[in-house]
Amino acid sequence: MPENTSTEKEKPRIGVFICHCGSNIGGFVDVKAVTEYASTLPDVAYATDNLYTCAEDGLNNIKETIKEHNLDRIIVASCTPRTHAPLFQRTCEAAGVNKYMFTFVNLREHCSWVHMKEKEKATQKAKDLVRMGVARARFLEPQEETRVDVTPTALVVGGGVSGMTAALSLANMGFPVHLVEKDKELGGFVRSLHALMMTTKSANETIRPLIDKVNAHKNITQHLSSHVASVEGFIGNYDVSIGGDGAEPKEVKVGTIIVATGAVPLVPDGLFGYKEHPGIITSSEFEELCNKKELPRLKSVAFIQCAGARGQKVSYCSRICCNVAIKSAIHIAENRDNILGVTEEKAAEAGEAVEEPAAEKKAEEEGSERRRRRRGRGRQAEDGAGEEGAAPSSGVEVTVFNRDVMAYGVENELEFNKAREKRVKFVRYGPDNLPKVSVKDGKLEVGYFHETLKMERTMPVDMVILSTPLVAQPDAATLSQLLKVPLGQDGFFQEAHVKLRPVDFATDGVYVCGACRGPADIAESVSQAAGAASRASIPLANGFVQAEALTSVVDETKCTGCGTCVEVCPYSALRKNDEGISEVIAAACKGCGCCGATCPEGAITMTHYTDQQLLAEAKAALEEV
Amino acid sequence: MSSATPNAQSQEKAEGDDFVPKIIVFCCNWCSYAGADLAGVSRLQMPPHFRVIRVMCSARVDPEFVLRAIQKGADGVLVAGCHPADCHYIGGNYRTRRRIALLRMLLQQFGYDPDRLRLEWISAGEGEKFQKTMVDFTKTIEEIGASPMRGGD
Repeated sequence: MPENTSTEKEKPRIGVFICHCGSNIGGFVDVKAVTEYASTLPDVAYATDNLYTCAEDGLNNIKETIKEHNLDRIIVASCTPRTHAPLFQRTCEAAGVNKYMFTFVNLREHCSWVHMKEKEKATQKAKDLVRMGVARARFLEPQEETRVDVTPTALVVGGGVSGMTAALSLANMGFPVHLVEKDKELGGFVRSLHALMMTTKSANETIRPLIDKVNAHKNITQHLSSHVASVEGFIGNYDVSIGGDGAEPKEVKVGTIIVATGAVPLVPDGLFGYKEHPGIITSSEFEELCNKKELPRLKSVAFIQCAGARGQKVSYCSRICCNVAIKSAIHIAENRDNILGVTEEKAAEAGEAVEEPAAEKKAEEEGSERRRRRRGRGRQAEDGAGEEGAAPSSGVEVTVFNRDVMAYGVENELEFNKAREKRVKFVRYGPDNLPKVSVKDGKLEVGYFHETLKMERTMPVDMVILSTPLVAQPDAATLSQLLKVPLGQDGFFQEAHVKLRPVDFATDGVYVCGACRGPADIAESVSQAAGAASRASIPLANGFVQAEALTSVVDETKCTGCGTCVEVCPYSALRKNDEGISEVIAAACKGCGCCGATCPEGAITMTHYTDQQLLAEAKAALEEV
Repeated sequence: MSSATPNAQSQEKAEGDDFVPKIIVFCCNWCSYAGADLAGVSRLQMPPHFRVIRVMCSARVDPEFVLRAIQKGADGVLVAGCHPADCHYIGGNYRTRRRIALLRMLLQQFGYDPDRLRLEWISAGEGEKFQKTMVDFTKTIEEIGASPMRGGD
């Protein structure tokens, strides 16, 4: 272990600032004793304690002391670097000390607050922690942050509602956008639907203006019947190859990428007699039948919710299906647009003028939101099976078999109430008592356990509509590999942070929106798309990105070119150069250090988290004092 | 295996009652370090024998770091990272998982109790898990006893 930087270079001059944090540290640790101890440690030129180091006078004290004592590295022993490091780093920089010459020692979260009843031991630990910090600080090096230029163009993958909205937002900001859609037309899943919630317009009418705007926008280059074939590069500088049907791949350069590939409905093979009778269909097949005007005359329709979801084929709740079923139930009960095949005449409102799609709040085709939890709904048990008097206006009995109705929020709850006013029956079933669909003499019937009557019942129906969950696109894994972004357990794209960064990926420069990150309705997809576009526009508008100087460094004299680091890097930030030696693409490197731990030659280390620094810290922790 | 490894368990319990364990905890910055912070914010009390070293990812923990720590007298080493599928760096923790499994085997071959090295997944929201892990790991190390490397170099 080389430990002699201090003799080779100028001797370090370390300043240690130990914080009482009021009584948060001072009440449980003898801060004066720790300060005194710190001043005895090697290369410590100055040590002091402050009541609040992060307060104005504490920060000024650091700045003044740096000048007065000619300090070249600073340790603050106080709270957690996760909240306060940037503040102290700025203070160092203001006094001319490189921010990478700063070390944080956590005396509060990791010491005083968790050892509140043993001051002596906590004080000893605080001394150890400060000693570790000093050991690390002795090996710190100033770092330069790299600035990388950004190609001011975006790529949007997916031409559904989310992708079109994102592309349009970016295009309206003035950025050229490449929009890749695997189908031969824009519109995505919504194009296959018939009717949407809370709007009298058809699905196609609703998204038409969006498609028209995308078609007309000069900043948007469409790549239809195409897919992303390869992606090289990193934030600001991606080289993307777009493959088409038999066509030569097109190479484009983009700065940021938005993933908006949507989702597909689950095919409920083997569930509820699907495909055993033409009357057993999925909710998306129901939409297609409506579109084709092929829905037969019906007397009784049963919806079965959570068909394949919540523990059957997938574990999650698909969120939108309850509201879709409520919408369809109302449409059947009202025979809206004469969907029941009574007449071919088109609905009068079909020719209506169309409105701005981005503001189309009513365009809730699917509806449902993870965050807002279902409210108590005691009235739901008033389902009954067949005992209701007045017939619905279309004369069709509509029953929705459900585990719970997830009609969250104001609009969905109103629709739910409206469905019940239309005499749609909501019959509950338990996860251990699934409804049974059977065919008797060519006729369909649904057997179920009536939870109020506590008895098995049978209901003859003409049609069973299975509300199946949305599932991830089958090719999501391919794109996830190309972009080096993760998928969650259910195969949907996984955002950087479930609460705070819902449209970012952990990888800089790549963003996500719409149903490809989990079932979402149109309004939610539009909001997410606008969010993702806004996030993706930041590097484009800045024109550069500043990369934190936490990257791996290859010692070319030690590297044997085995390529293990290239293989393990999750960001493709290492490559072999012409001589077969590994080299780091600094702008792509996120500084995880996986390569450093993997390198069999010890040829790779990380800036600011060098082997030397970490080992010095560990060694200091273990010193017998 | 103890006969071939004289510096192993046979000597390990000889320290007596005033054994104060030295435990090194490598925490990844994004999950486990934040989990430790949360334990602090929640004022969850735990034995004061562990020292946290922050790394960006649990995958940064070079096997050499662990072996050096043992060599320098650590009685126990804990590596804490994000839960599977939750790694800030996509999948660093899967690499860590494999490495630690191998390292435990290696320690055993050198005559150390492999339980001196532990891997835990601790998320940013799991302050309580951090506390429980520290309590439990400290207990384990107290049971195993002082490392034969204590006081040596």
